[in-house]
Amino acid sequence: MSTSIHVSAGQVAASLALVALAAAISFWRKADLERDIGIATVRSFVQLTAIGFAIELIFEADTIWLVFALLAVMVVFGALTARSRAKRVPDSFWPLLIALAVAAATTLGLVVALGVFEATARYLVPVGGMVIGNAMTASAVALNRLGDEMADSRGKIEATLALGATAQEAASPFVRRALRSGMITLVDSTKTTGLIFFPGTMVGMLLAGADPTDAVRLQLILLYALLGSVAIAGLVATTLAYRNFFTSAEQLREVP
Amino acid sequence: MLFELRDVSLVRGGRRVLDSVSAAIPAGATAIIGPSGAGKSTLLRLLNRLADPDSGTVSYRDRALDQYDPLALRRQVSLVPQLPALLEGTVGSNLAYAARLAGKEPDAERCLGLAGLDPEFAARDVAKLSVGEQQRAMLGRALAQRPEVLLLDEPTSALDHAARDAIEATLAELRRELDISIVLVSHDPEQARRLGDWVVRLEHGLVTKSGPLREVLA
Repeated sequence: MSTSIHVSAGQVAASLALVALAAAISFWRKADLERDIGIATVRSFVQLTAIGFAIELIFEADTIWLVFALLAVMVVFGALTARSRAKRVPDSFWPLLIALAVAAATTLGLVVALGVFEATARYLVPVGGMVIGNAMTASAVALNRLGDEMADSRGKIEATLALGATAQEAASPFVRRALRSGMITLVDSTKTTGLIFFPGTMVGMLLAGADPTDAVRLQLILLYALLGSVAIAGLVATTLAYRNFFTSAEQLREVP
Repeated sequence: MLFELRDVSLVRGGRRVLDSVSAAIPAGATAIIGPSGAGKSTLLRLLNRLADPDSGTVSYRDRALDQYDPLALRRQVSLVPQLPALLEGTVGSNLAYAARLAGKEPDAERCLGLAGLDPEFAARDVAKLSVGEQQRAMLGRALAQRPEVLLLDEPTSALDHAARDAIEATLAELRRELDISIVLVSHDPEQARRLGDWVVRLEHGLVTKSGPLREVLA
């Protein structure tokens, strides 16, 4: 999988024409997103450039501990970002942090143990980034849904508790729906992949001049790894977070 | 005494919902009456530990409630909330669920009969019931646990007069047929007069009167 592509700064600058087009459309149709488009463009440039340098350093140092450190930072930032989408879930940070850490450790551990990838920075950093990013989105969507479901169904949950059901039994229909909503996007996009959507890794490899068979195989590995990671992240996040809605006496907590 | 509350206070959202409430609730039928916002539903929720007071004690059969396992307590002291909240599925599946939680054999026909519903309701989808039918199904579901005490939160507030009369007749019938105590929350003193032997009157979180029906609502 050697890459031969070289991208000049001029080519990147030229692609800003599309950003200008997006901003123009927003201005013309009064979508009021010009400022956000500007922020997104600057942030993506700064963040990707910074991570590019960091990855270069990690590749050069070639030590697994730096890889773990980078992945740990990604997990913490992922949990902080996901928490902002799960405002209706009490104390959602820890469930999210544990969910992302378990999803990353299990998925990367498995692909290395099965001999799919070597345990080196060149594989673990990009694959880890994708795994944690997708796990973050899935767990954020799942907890966002869980917060809405629990708030909208207080009467039903308390009526079930009133029969002597445990918190787990009373919350299970809502936890199930939350987990499902966290996973469904990736499941659907995996179904249509190659038909109406070309995933990023495959596109990147084809652009970089790789053999299409290799590009497809690597993409399949990543898609399957991501399916596993979003399922693990969604399961861990919802399983830990639902408990925060209840007291130890199996009572529904008052919403502040 | 069935229940005894001593100096029970509870604050929610910065408001003192119950303020040093002391009251005794004997076996039989007790009505907790008072205007909206008096703290009636909150008091009822304390009786099967759906909530705990900030201070004071509540006891059931002379034992403090916090000494009971909350799940086992709720299967003996069953609360039917003001608004129907059945689980998705059929009436029968709701009854079976409640019976299983209490470790009892489901007897849908008997429970539906006690709640004033025909046996054919067991197969009905809860989403297709009227509010009155749902309220009866909630009652049937609670009875499937064969509780010792039924806590009823405004069981007829969402119903018209005919449906209200039918539910009241059902409750009176229940008391005749089963050895069961009922604690009923109602904003309507007339309902208390029709159904209660004992009355606790709450206003602004305070007990203003409590005792036998003929004394409180003379």
